Amino acid sequence: MTALIGDAAAEVAGRGLEETPAATPRRTRGRRARRLRYALTVLAFLLPSAVPLALFVLGPMVAAAWISLTEWNLLAPAKWVGLENYANLLTDPETADVFLHTLYYIVGYLPLVYVGGLAIALALNTALKGRTLLRGVYFLPVITSWIVVALVWRWLLNPSNGVVNTVLAFFGIEGPGWWTDPAWAMPSIILASAWKDLGFVMVVLLAGLQAIDPELIDAARVDGAGWWRRLFSVTLPLLSPATFFVVVISLINGFQVFDQVYAMTGGGPGGATQVVVQQIYDLTFRYGRAGEASALSWLLFIVILAVTVVQIRGQRKWVNYG
Amino acid sequence: MAETMLAPTTAPPRGIRHRTAAARSAMARSVLLHVVMVIGALAMFFPFYWTLVTSLSPGTGLGSTPTLVPANPSLESYQRLFADLPFARVVGNSLLLATITTLAQLFTSATAAYAFSRLPFRGRTVVFGVYLATMMIPLQVLVVPLFAELRAWGLVDTYLGALLPTLAAAFGVFLLRQAMNQVPFELDEAAALDGAGHFRIFWTVILPNIRPALATLSVFAFMGSWNSFLWPLVVLRSPELQTLPVALAGLQGQYTTEWDIVMAGSVVSILPMLAIYLFAQKYVIQGVANTGLK
Repeated sequence: MTALIGDAAAEVAGRGLEETPAATPRRTRGRRARRLRYALTVLAFLLPSAVPLALFVLGPMVAAAWISLTEWNLLAPAKWVGLENYANLLTDPETADVFLHTLYYIVGYLPLVYVGGLAIALALNTALKGRTLLRGVYFLPVITSWIVVALVWRWLLNPSNGVVNTVLAFFGIEGPGWWTDPAWAMPSIILASAWKDLGFVMVVLLAGLQAIDPELIDAARVDGAGWWRRLFSVTLPLLSPATFFVVVISLINGFQVFDQVYAMTGGGPGGATQVVVQQIYDLTFRYGRAGEASALSWLLFIVILAVTVVQIRGQRKWVNYG
Repeated sequence: MAETMLAPTTAPPRGIRHRTAAARSAMARSVLLHVVMVIGALAMFFPFYWTLVTSLSPGTGLGSTPTLVPANPSLESYQRLFADLPFARVVGNSLLLATITTLAQLFTSATAAYAFSRLPFRGRTVVFGVYLATMMIPLQVLVVPLFAELRAWGLVDTYLGALLPTLAAAFGVFLLRQAMNQVPFELDEAAALDGAGHFRIFWTVILPNIRPALATLSVFAFMGSWNSFLWPLVVLRSPELQTLPVALAGLQGQYTTEWDIVMAGSVVSILPMLAIYLFAQKYVIQGVANTGLK
């Protein structure tokens, strides 16, 4: 990064700034001074952000790659083990488990927030009274921290005297054990997460809907297309850029699910909700296996990158940028 | 459902008695839609309401569930929260870190955005690409080396250690550059003719013209810091340095069955963000909407 900036500065300095070729040495000196001043100006504007990004993102990124090739407990000197961590991870059934749990989360969460967010966005896109207020209420969970969301839902879904099971009991239904039951723990997390992110998806899709030319939808109506037909043949194809954005972001974030898991179940019960990042955290700070944790975090990064690249490649097939 | 039709805002003038059947069914649909949306909004809001009710019902634990309206509302749970824990200190920590993070990100993002928007230099596209790439890197990849780096500098368990990694964020650079590109270049030229240099143009021409984007970034930076969890969890060990989300997560371990205390802490965490949101709702919504549409 710093090298890049240095390059940029050198290039800037080595570049004529809309000047005629110098006629006299004195003017040359003036021009060189001006070039230098311009290069310094560029640096002055870039450095405040370039230095922290280099020190706290790019540097650690490279360091993480190196750590992943060592055995290290954060204290004793690191021992070089080459690709052993990766080999161990790829042969360990637990790795497959944490990725599967993460996938379970994504597969449950994404359709829920997308369909819910779309329904609300479609409704808010009509002439509805109190639209701003409604939009505000639906958006409220977005600004709430994941930890608070997790705690609140842990309380709402408390098996013994939580409000959800109390209401279910009123109707004669025996509510499940939610986060205390391995079968219901992940659905509990999915429910809380979908509640939190619904408003975000809604706002993005609403912005997309408002960018659609109403004449196109009216034309479909004149042609006799019913509501569902208009939705699937006109609205959704025109909304595909916003949909694409929501899907890409949700997948990137979904693979990194952690806060709500940590606060709601800590990966339990019985490891039923042990997701990738919870595993990275535990490996590092509970078991002192930082090398393996780094290897796992690189694996996660590669998976996220691959999934994102595949989506960007595939968008030509279904995303329609008018 | 998505039938674009105007919800009647006033009673129909007398004389229009003979509504067509189509208008009546459209009217019915609109009423139904309103009802469904309001029920949905109430369902969305209920967890917040329940949090507040629980926090005002002292003694809510394993055996009891509060009633829809607290029977004997009292602030006892809040008093206990602030008495038993260095909770005031925790709120102060969160405020301090969020404020400094916000100011720092405004500064680092605005200066970088100016360079990417107004200062041509060779390799600019590449450098900007590197900035954007940093947005793609998950924090989890960085946690271990970042922790080691700050420990080597003796900054673990300090405010500075919590702050340093949050001083610059590519998201802010991206957001402000978009906004600056909308500012007409004629304004810069006019100022330059008056003899203004880049620093003065940046300060007197560009910044005043991108106020909405600066507001958007402020809200997002503040929100990001106020709600951030993983990094503060890793770097801040002492109870008196902890931030709200970390303290709340710990609270749960401490008061496993005292839900009134945990919910009181949650209310304290939600309120400041809520105040900012109500104040700057327009900018938050715009910011989210803009990131979704290139």
